[in-house]
Amino acid sequence: MAVASIQVSETPLVLYALRRADDALILGHRLSEWCGHAPALEEDMALANMGLDLLGQARELYTYAATVEGKGNDEDKFAYLRDIRQYRNLLLLEQPNGDFARTMTRQFFYSAFADLYWRAMMQSADATLAAIAAKSEKESAYHVRHSSEWLVRLGDGTAESHRRAQGAIDDLWAYTGEMFEVDGSERALIDGGIAVDPAALRPQWLKTVSDVVGEATLNLPKSDWMQQGGRDGRHSEHLGHLLSELQSMPRTFPGATW
Amino acid sequence: MVTTLSGDVQLGQRAWDAAAGVVDPEIPMLTIADLGVLRDVAVTDGRVEVVITPTYSGCPAMNMIQLEIELALERAGFRHPKVRTVLSPAWTTDWMSAEGRRKLREYGIAPPQATSSRRALFGVQEVACPQCGSDDTEVLSEFGSTSCKALWRCRSCREPFDYFKCH
Repeated sequence: MAVASIQVSETPLVLYALRRADDALILGHRLSEWCGHAPALEEDMALANMGLDLLGQARELYTYAATVEGKGNDEDKFAYLRDIRQYRNLLLLEQPNGDFARTMTRQFFYSAFADLYWRAMMQSADATLAAIAAKSEKESAYHVRHSSEWLVRLGDGTAESHRRAQGAIDDLWAYTGEMFEVDGSERALIDGGIAVDPAALRPQWLKTVSDVVGEATLNLPKSDWMQQGGRDGRHSEHLGHLLSELQSMPRTFPGATW
Repeated sequence: MVTTLSGDVQLGQRAWDAAAGVVDPEIPMLTIADLGVLRDVAVTDGRVEVVITPTYSGCPAMNMIQLEIELALERAGFRHPKVRTVLSPAWTTDWMSAEGRRKLREYGIAPPQATSSRRALFGVQEVACPQCGSDDTEVLSEFGSTSCKALWRCRSCREPFDYFKCH
């Protein structure tokens, strides 16, 4: 790689915005990988549309992080010139697309959370975060509806689609706990009314997830053991491959425009 | 140059008219004023600053709209116009003008429901066919040709049509 990575001054607010921006960028990128490969034309457009929503959310959050940091970084530098250890997204969102059931299960677990999270964040004392939340909340609502309808169709579909959907739930379940984790940096923002405590949203999330999974004739795993590390930059092997594709052009041809 | 209050007001109106005439490249029958994207136009010492607000987070038309505003103002005689984007308060389809809704319908796109409350987002959706006016319609796909539209079909006249989603 020809271009060095940037340094980021991770104050609590900068780190907060980067974590949410990374969530949106990485999941948006995963969805974009479906472009031209989805099971039907309508679904191809739906996945691309959801990816576009997430990319837009990422851009607003990166731009805000850059403003708060005030060190000359911008949305492109954050996306293209940070190494894997500087990425702060949830591990769930970097997991590979797998089959369609796996993509929809990942989307459903996250969107059911994002919908609640952004709605609560509309009350943030930070006007910019509240405004970003107001848009993201509506977009997430469409995403959770779309992905939950699919999960029901897959779970309550054929024996094969049921088997695949259940396998996706079993494999991805251990990545859902990280959504509700809070560290010291974020605790200060929660106490200041800037951020909301995600742990408070878990009962409602679990109810939504349980209802949909039940309607889909599927089961949630019994295990409570949860994987974490993404928020601190410790990632699965999958993110490196994703970033190498995402960053190869700007790293190889610095400053290229077209 | 002596700037009088009335002169500034006239300049402000000229600048507003120039900016307000810019259309959305993906929905060319709607101006940014119809959409509610145009927030403010201020003229200070002959320099124009236009304030706009983004629609959907990922709408790719926003970059184009910004460029078009700058060009429109340059053509109207304003040097080095500035376009600033503000996020708060967040744009909603509630801001679309009645004129904008009428233009959408005439073009063949069903306008968004009058309120973007969660009930409108997820309650019973009643979308009239922009072709024949029938309420007997059904959704084909929640996600359409652009991020602001869904794909619907009229059961009465059998025509498919775009619906501008509530946001």
